[in-house]
Amino acid sequence: MSQHTLSVLVEDTPGILARTSALFSRRGFNINSLSVSTTEYEGLSRMTIVVNCDRHPLEQVTKQLNKLVNVIKIVEMDNDAAVRRELLLAKVKADTANRAAVIQTAELFRANIVDVGPDVVVIEATGKPEKLDALVRNLEPFGIKELVKSGLVALGRGPRSITDRSLRAVERSA
Amino acid sequence: MTEQMTGAQSLIRSLEHAGVDVVFGIPGGAILPAYDPLYDSANVRHILMRHEQGAGHAAEGYAYATGRPGVCMATSGPGATNLVTPLTDAHMDSVPMVAITGQVATPMIGTDGFQEADICGITMPITKHNFLVKNAEDIPRTIAEAFHIASTGRPGPVLVDIAKDALQASTEFAWPQKLDMPGYRPVTKPHGKQVREAARMIAEARRPVFYVGGGVLRAGAAQELRVLAELTGVPVTTTLMARGVFPDSHPQNVGMPGMHGTVAGVGALQRADLIVALGARFDDRVTGRLDSFAPEAKIVHADIDPAEISKNRHADVPIVGDCREVIADLVVAVRNDQASGRQGEYEAWWSQLNRLREVYPLGYDEPDDGTLAPQQVIERLGQIVGSDASYVAGVGQHQMWAAQFIGYEKPGTFINSGGLGTMGFSVPAAIGAKVGDPERTVWAVDGDGCFQMTSQELATAAIEGIPIKVAVVNNGNLGMVRQWQTLYYESRYSNTDLQTAPRDAKVRVPDFVRLAEAYGCVGLRCERAEDIDATVDKAMAVEDAPVVVDFSVNHDAMVWPMVGPGTSNDHIQYARDMAPDWDDED
Repeated sequence: MSQHTLSVLVEDTPGILARTSALFSRRGFNINSLSVSTTEYEGLSRMTIVVNCDRHPLEQVTKQLNKLVNVIKIVEMDNDAAVRRELLLAKVKADTANRAAVIQTAELFRANIVDVGPDVVVIEATGKPEKLDALVRNLEPFGIKELVKSGLVALGRGPRSITDRSLRAVERSA
Repeated sequence: MTEQMTGAQSLIRSLEHAGVDVVFGIPGGAILPAYDPLYDSANVRHILMRHEQGAGHAAEGYAYATGRPGVCMATSGPGATNLVTPLTDAHMDSVPMVAITGQVATPMIGTDGFQEADICGITMPITKHNFLVKNAEDIPRTIAEAFHIASTGRPGPVLVDIAKDALQASTEFAWPQKLDMPGYRPVTKPHGKQVREAARMIAEARRPVFYVGGGVLRAGAAQELRVLAELTGVPVTTTLMARGVFPDSHPQNVGMPGMHGTVAGVGALQRADLIVALGARFDDRVTGRLDSFAPEAKIVHADIDPAEISKNRHADVPIVGDCREVIADLVVAVRNDQASGRQGEYEAWWSQLNRLREVYPLGYDEPDDGTLAPQQVIERLGQIVGSDASYVAGVGQHQMWAAQFIGYEKPGTFINSGGLGTMGFSVPAAIGAKVGDPERTVWAVDGDGCFQMTSQELATAAIEGIPIKVAVVNNGNLGMVRQWQTLYYESRYSNTDLQTAPRDAKVRVPDFVRLAEAYGCVGLRCERAEDIDATVDKAMAVEDAPVVVDFSVNHDAMVWPMVGPGTSNDHIQYARDMAPDWDDED
């Protein structure tokens, strides 16, 4: 089993998230993370889906995804050829005794303190999943009260764009 | 050009634009607005069914008979959920179908209102696509897209769920001139290089076989297939879904593959060095245990659905495309090869298969207690009625015998539920097939278990003047289940005796002859071999009413050959405890 990141360009129609995620669960896949957002084109959304699975079942689920009428394009992102980022928010115990140490740890990871309370701080960090994992490991000794991540988003490096290319294909076929 | 009307009128107008001439359905609260303009439509005939499942299967039967999407209509909630089985059936067997359901009014959606069901959510995995329409102005475009999706690419069912207030609202009708579906672009034209590679492999193979599935029927490629088969001389096996696509009388037809296929059909796949799969999907009922299926075969797999290719068995040469175009291109490529002297040499292969055909033909034993052999009933029915008629089977023993013992010569003359195996399919699908092609004789070949699941549609047939004929192969049991109990559960017959033909024949519950008569149909019964011909003749002579014939048959007859569930095709049994000898060189 290995980890795969799929970028899925979809029409922004009702139910598209349910259709997509249902396909994964029906075929026994666990989604590690899934994020959806609008894109540079009105009416198009982009999902970034991270799954753990073998190559053959991934191909099968990709083909099934491609059959969904509102799915326009699916690209598997190559970890080395893509910028991968995730946003993390963590509420960490920080009293007068250790607040300085917490802040210092955050700074080491170029994270920001976005909220301060009497005995907690909220830390905001972005980065590759590996970096955020390392941050979490270093914050754990202080006591993490609450943690949330946005799910991974990814963009291929270089001049090419999956939106451009797939929309050109649409024009050709029209 | 636009015209002001209600959403409901716009729906009916849209159906007319989509070329719909028949809708099978049942009205109810949420869909009621649509039934009002339907009452006035000169072009769309509505056939009132007795259960929505019947409406769905009738739409499937209509699609089989015409090649166009069948249409069914139901109300919200239970009306819609009753369509779940036929939608799944159509999804599994790639039947073009459009289902239109009413939905509660938009302010009520999500409130658990009366007769509310999230039918789009429910049918998401069992439709090719579905739509929830909340605005009247979206109706024409949605209907146009639904018919386009249902009938193109790999065909399938599409559900359109329309909120009641959208049907009631006022709107301007405009039929879309162009559809904008950037995510829906089925590939129909095969890749030339792959086709040439397939042709090369056919020429080089020593033991090739064409494994022909329902995709060839859907593509309307029977003619092309025949040309390709005769050009190459390759053996042809037609699956349950493709019976009739290649004539049974053709010398190159080695029979059906699969769990109840012929020894030659199963052997042709199992011993092949090249399988050319055309519109087939390596279903478990064909492959048996997948890891021992056709161990020496290279695979050429042509299908319009890329997701089928290499799903169950790795394809050495994948070809995505419409089977008609694929086969036509293959013919050209094979001709080119032959022109440059490359031609297959299959004589040894044919003598191997011919030996299997001679030694292990399809057959059956006549019961020694004087009761009727079900196989004989079905075989005689096919011989008397002929290959111009359509035969619509339910699911179980009678279905397999109908696949084995009726000779099919024309595509689309055998209609049945393959993938889902839906008991109760036969009678309503026969109604749909007869409506779609009224000139053709349509025989439902049903079992006593299946028949009781949808027999209420006899009322539809009688009242709407749809003179189908039903042969109930009545062994008084859930026959196929009973066969498995005999073989795998020590003959412990738990809950399979239906009492429709008890051995003492004192009380039949129900009595199918009297049931038929109660529904305004002609009821006949046949219990002896010498009466088969006269009974079928009598049924054929009735032209103005549906006929039900209760063929009360032997209870213990079993379907052979059989590849036991979960076992390898290598272990096919020609008859009980009798395995064929595959490779006898003598």
